[in-house]
Parts: sequence; C-alpha cells; structure tokens
Amino acid sequence: MKRRIRRPLPRSEGPWAWLTAGSVAVSLLMLGGLLLLISVRGLGHFWPAPVTLVELEDGRAIAGRAVRELPLVGQAGSERLYFTGNRDLDGRVWEWVPVSTIASQERPVDLVVLERRRYGDFIGRLVSVGPIEPTAHPLDQKAVWSRLQARLQAQMTLRDERDRIERDTLRPLVQRVEANPSDREAREALADVNETLRALQAAMHGEVVIIESVDGRRLEQPLDEVLHAWRPNAMSTVEKMMAWGQGVWRFLSEGPRDVNASGGVWPAIFGTVLMVVLMSLLVTPFGVLAAIYLNEVAHQGRMIHLVRIAVRNLAGVPSIVYGVFGLGVFVYGIGSSLDEWFFNDALPSPTFGTGGLLWASLTLALLTLPVVIVATEEGLARIPAEQREGALALGATRLETLTRVVLPMALPAMLTGVILAIARAAGEVAPLMLVGVAKLAPQVPVDGEFPFLHLERKFMHLGYHIYDTAFHGNDVQAALPVVYATALLLVLVILLLNLTAILLRHYFRARHGVLARQP
Amino acid sequence: MSRPPRLQPATSGSIIDFPSEASCLAIEGLSLAYGGKPALRDISLRVPRHRVTAFIGPSGCGKSTLLRALNRLHDLNEEASHEGRILLEGQDIHSPEVAVDELRRRVGMVFQVPNPFPMSIYENVAFGLRLQGGLTRRRMDDIVEWALEAAALWGEVKDRLRASAWSLSGGQQQRLVIARALAVRPEVLLLDEPASALDPISTLKIEELIRGLKSQLTLILVTHNMQQAARVSDYTAFLQDGELVEYAPTDNLFTNPSLRRTENYITGRMA
Ligand SMILES: Nc1ncnc2c1ncn2[C@@H]1O[C@H](COP(=O)(O)OP(=O)(O)OP(=O)(O)O)[C@@H](O)[C@H]1O
Ligand SMILES: [Mg+2]
Repeated sequence: MKRRIRRPLPRSEGPWAWLTAGSVAVSLLMLGGLLLLISVRGLGHFWPAPVTLVELEDGRAIAGRAVRELPLVGQAGSERLYFTGNRDLDGRVWEWVPVSTIASQERPVDLVVLERRRYGDFIGRLVSVGPIEPTAHPLDQKAVWSRLQARLQAQMTLRDERDRIERDTLRPLVQRVEANPSDREAREALADVNETLRALQAAMHGEVVIIESVDGRRLEQPLDEVLHAWRPNAMSTVEKMMAWGQGVWRFLSEGPRDVNASGGVWPAIFGTVLMVVLMSLLVTPFGVLAAIYLNEVAHQGRMIHLVRIAVRNLAGVPSIVYGVFGLGVFVYGIGSSLDEWFFNDALPSPTFGTGGLLWASLTLALLTLPVVIVATEEGLARIPAEQREGALALGATRLETLTRVVLPMALPAMLTGVILAIARAAGEVAPLMLVGVAKLAPQVPVDGEFPFLHLERKFMHLGYHIYDTAFHGNDVQAALPVVYATALLLVLVILLLNLTAILLRHYFRARHGVLARQP
Repeated sequence: MSRPPRLQPATSGSIIDFPSEASCLAIEGLSLAYGGKPALRDISLRVPRHRVTAFIGPSGCGKSTLLRALNRLHDLNEEASHEGRILLEGQDIHSPEVAVDELRRRVGMVFQVPNPFPMSIYENVAFGLRLQGGLTRRRMDDIVEWALEAAALWGEVKDRLRASAWSLSGGQQQRLVIARALAVRPEVLLLDEPASALDPISTLKIEELIRGLKSQLTLILVTHNMQQAARVSDYTAFLQDGELVEYAPTDNLFTNPSLRRTENYITGRMA
C-alpha cells in the first residue's frame, strides 16, 4: 500500500494546481455531458409525449408533438417544430409553425397515436373499428377506443398463433417434404396447415380502423398494420411510465422496421455481443501463447526485441487497415477457397466467400491481438523470480512451472488484456463494414437449425446500426431518437461486457488474496 | 564429537576437509562468472553430512551464487558460466546421467523472501509430491502432515489446510516453504537467509527448526547474522570477493579465526 503524502502547495504553484485540476474538471464535465445527452435523448424517445391540437389563425388545424423552438431569422418571435405524423396523408411528418400564427392550442384526451408498420405514426381521431363496412355507424370516442384495444389484442393473439403454427408445424412439415417428396401423408398435412394459415391471414386482413386527421381527412387503416395505439393526453403518469417501460422493452427485444428508422435493435445487440464473445475466444489463446513464447520460451535476443517492438506498434495501426486485410485474406482468400472445397453446390452464391460473423470476429481478434499480448507479457514479467525458482527448486520442469505456478498467477493480467481487447473491439465499426456487418439481418446467427451457430451469416451491429440509421434513412430527423437510444445501448453493452470480465478478474485475484498483496 | 583439526585457507586445488566427518557434497575448484565477470573464484570445500554449514561474508561476496550452483539454478541464466565440479554423494551433478529435476528434488532450497505459491496450504506442501505423482490420497495426506509437523507448523494450520497460503504470516509462510521443501524428502536443504525478512520470534522458530532437522538431512545456511551462524551451525565458511577465505568448525572460526580478514569481518559484524 502506498501512502499519499499531502502537503499544501507552495503559493507559487497555485496556478499549476488550478490548471491541472481545471482540466480534470473540464474532461469530467464533457464526459458527463456526453452520457447525459445520449441518456436523455435516447430514453426520452420512449416517453409517450403529449399531443397538442393547434388551431392556426388561418383556420387550419394540426395535431402533433412539439419538438423544439427556434427564433425566426431576421424577425421578432419564434417558430416551433411539430412532429405531426401522417406521412400517408401529408407526405411529410414535420411542420414548422410560427408561434405568432397560433390562435389556440389544447390537449384533447381523445387524440390517438397509432404506431403503424408502414408510414410511421398516425396522429388524429378514431371514427370506427370493425370489418370493412361502408356505413360505419358512428360511435362515441370512448367506445371506439376500447373496441380498438380489444381488436388490437385479438390481432396480437392471431399473430402469435400464426407464428406458432409456422414455427412448430409448418417448418418441420416442409423439411419432411423436402427430404422425401413422395411422402403423401406429409404433403396432405402441409396442405391442411397452409389452409389454416390462409384462414388466419384472412381473419387478420379483414379488419380496418377508420381514422380521421384533425383537419377532417379520413383514412381506412388495415388493423393488421397497426402495432400499437395510445392516447397520450389521457394517460396518467403511472400509465405513461408503464408505456415507457414497454417501449424500452420492445426496443430491446424486437427487430428493426421501416428501413431501421423505428422498431427495435435486438438483432444488433445479439450480433454485437456474439461477435465480441467470439472475438475474445479467438484472441485469448493466440495472445496468451504468443506472450508466453515471447516472455518465457524465446531467447531474449535482438530478434525478440524487434518482434516485441513490432507487436506494440501493431496496436497503433488504424482499424480500417485490419478491415482491408480481413477482406483480402479472410473473405476473398480463405473464404473463397473454403467455398470451392466444401460449398461447391452453392456456388456462385458465396457461403464463406463473403463477409460474415467468423471473418468479422477473426479480423477484430487480429486487431486486438497486440493488446492481449502486451498485457499478458507484462503480467508474466511481474511474477517474482522467487515463484518460478521456488517451483524449479522442487523439481518442476519449466513446463510444469509455467502451467502450475506462472500461468495461474498471470491470469488476472490476461483478463486485463481481454478487457482492453473488448473495450477496443466492441466499439469498432470501420473494419466490420468490410468483413461482414449487415444493414439488415433479421435472422440472428444462432438458431435451432444445425449447426446452431451460423458463422458464415452476416450480422447486425449496434455501432453500424447507429451509422446506418443516422445517415441512410428516409427521414434522419425522425430517426435521431433511435440513434441516441442505440448509442446509449452500445455504451451500456460495452460496459456490461467489461464489467463481466472485470468481475471475473476480481474473482481470480481474490481467490488467493492477491488483491491484498499485489498493487 | 572430537574436535577437528584447524585448517589453513584454501589454495587452488586443495580441498578443505574435516576427516572425522562423512562428506555429503564436495565442491572442487568451482569458479563461476556472470557474463565474464567472476563471482566465484576457485572454491573447494566439503560439506559434512547431517550437519549445518553456514556461509558468511559481506554482501555481494557470492554466497547466494554458490548456494544456487549446488542445485543448478544457474542453468536458467544464460549469462552464468562455470568451471570445476560439484559432487553430490560422489556423483558430479553436471554429468549427463543426472536429471536436473531429480537433482533439485534431492537438493531442496528455501529463499530469502517466503515464496508460497498462490494455492492452498495443503496444495503448497503437496506441490512437489504431485509432480512426482503416483501417490494415493491417504499417503499424500500423511506426508503433508508429516512435513508440516517437521516444519513446526502443523498445530497452527491443521484446521485451515484449504485456506490460501498467502493468508499466513511471514514467519508461517517461511515455515510452510520449508515444509514444502521437506515433503519431497531432500538429502540437502539450502537456506538463503531464510530469516532475514522475519521478526525475532519467527527467527528463533526457524533456527530451532534448522537445529532439529540436521538429524535427517544436510543443511547449508547463508546468513548475515553472526549470532545466528554461531547459534545454529556446526561449520562456517567465510567468503569474500568470490573467494573462500576460511572454513572451520563454527566455534573455532568465531572465537579464534586464523586470518586477519576473517577476524576483521567477524568483529565488525558482531559489534
Ligand atoms: N544474475 C546475476 N547476473 C549478473 N551478476 C550477478 C547475478 N547474481 C549475482 N550477481 C553478481 O555476483 C556477485 C555475487 O552475488 P551474490 O548474490 O552471490 O552475493 P551474496 O553474497 O548473496 O550477497 P547478499 O549477501 O547481498 O545476498 C555480485 O557482485 C552480484 O552483483
Ligand atoms: Mg544473497
């Protein structure tokens, strides 16, 4: 244990103390600000914000969420941006309104927001719900609202039923028929199942909800495209909190929709974590063995010295260069050869000859190899000579000394290397774009089909998802909250991965009281 | 014990010997250099069996180097080169028939800083036994108990054999390390300043232990503490600048050194 000696700074050193402490404060503030920004923006996205009905002086009415307000250029006053939804009616979802032109504004409780599979959100009023009927008898808002909820619930049940049948009945039958086309029994069963599915599909398609924008334009909205409905102005705080929780959960557990601009990020979370875990599994043995060679086996001559310098410098090579290497060597080199040897049937469509999970993990493993080697080497070098000599003096060979005494003691250092590797790899996007990340890969690379882990598949990644959502969507403004939420998630996922490794290291250290003895 | 004759300092090639004692280790004309820089010069002496022999001398005179030569720990050091012979029970330890791990099992070593492995107390003592293998669980338990008993540690640790060895005090750790060395039944035990990092009470315990152990094996002790050498050793060798200056029964060396250099060193250290 080192003891700090506190002494007051001489007067002349005062400015230095201020300068250094000040830069620490500024750094901390900036980091804190960054986390605060992505937390607030990202988490706020799921809050059911109130919807305002705005009457303009010219008699027009719009309904929407106020997003922000800016002063007018060259004039007094300001204008306000509303998110009004209804892309199918208006062709746009944003509206700038000069504040001075607003005649009145209120928050009627009967305004509904519908989250839809296509065209994004709808904001307006309900007219009626039910099977397509030209003469929809008018109901009061409350009755329509509860009817809508009941029908949405029913839709969900139907959807679950359909998914269940497809998964449990349809898919095995299709496999049976594919394996043995003359299996009459299976063919008949398949026809039956298809019939059931068609009926379900028809039941889902039949229903519509008739909705009306606040300026009176009507729309028949097929109910099976409505994912969710809520009345933000009628919700209590508790209800809003529950809706927020559900929103967060759907974000975490569902796949993306609408060109990644909405929906969830589950495949990207899964892809990121899986890729990092595979990368760790690949890099650790290589890095540790290399460090053992450099530190324990090799003759410590000029050559090893040079190798060591080279390894250290490799850590500074820009990551995109590793991406290029991965593309050239893994994908086009090894991957194409693998395809020729083992997947000839599938050619010309590539199996391993294109970017995929395996090549991405390998590329990142290569990228983080120097980090693991350096950390492990430092750990090995720190082990006191008495420990090794103690084992040797008992008649242990060098190999026995290494495996029974040195490596267990160096384990925390190796884990430090892995932690650093994870920290570097989990946030890396550039090389992935060359070797396997996909804009949209709704099928995660692990499923119930043999061999369960599909190393050749492309995968989604949170970092790339951020890039894609922010720059390649139809409406960047609308996708921005998703970008913030995904960024927050990426930070949390990396934090969690690191925490796991740190706890592991803590466990190994504490096991023999290393914590108490080594700084 | 009849008093052995007083001997003159070693000259090249002549071996200091005590005829009344059976010798266990013989060092013949040993010179050792680190990267060309000599650390030991032409040392010849015989270490009597089942006695405690102390190596004393100023810091940097080569005591540790000499000790480590006896179980070939220098093999790892590419810098170190030696000349001369070391005979263990008449056999040259550098001859090709001698396996180095077997030699090190026969010549155990305890270091200045206690160096228990990051394992349980039990596993530390069993470490050497596991390397040899082929022991039943019961036999292993017995040997571990015997070794801890021999190192005067059994009573203190018998209820916590599964605890980490690093949870012991410094003195206990040093006795654990001695137990670990004893468990493989060495013929010679080398101790390099085994008590220098310990408090007076622990030091006394280690000294008692050393005196008690000599009925079973040959001990060589390096120490800076003249009182300690006088208390526990039967013979003492005084080294200076890599040379063996004087080697005699401990009583003689301390009360009546034959050389001025020895006398100066001893009186200087004793004061
Ligand atoms: N590994 C090594 N490489 C190079 N020189 C060494 C090495 N070990 C020891 N020496 C040198 O050999 C000489 C003898 O060292 P040694 O450690 O044997 O002394 P010592 O008598 O044990 O000293 P101390 O009482 O301080 O432990 C010293 O000059 C030392 O600097
Ligand atoms: Mg020494």
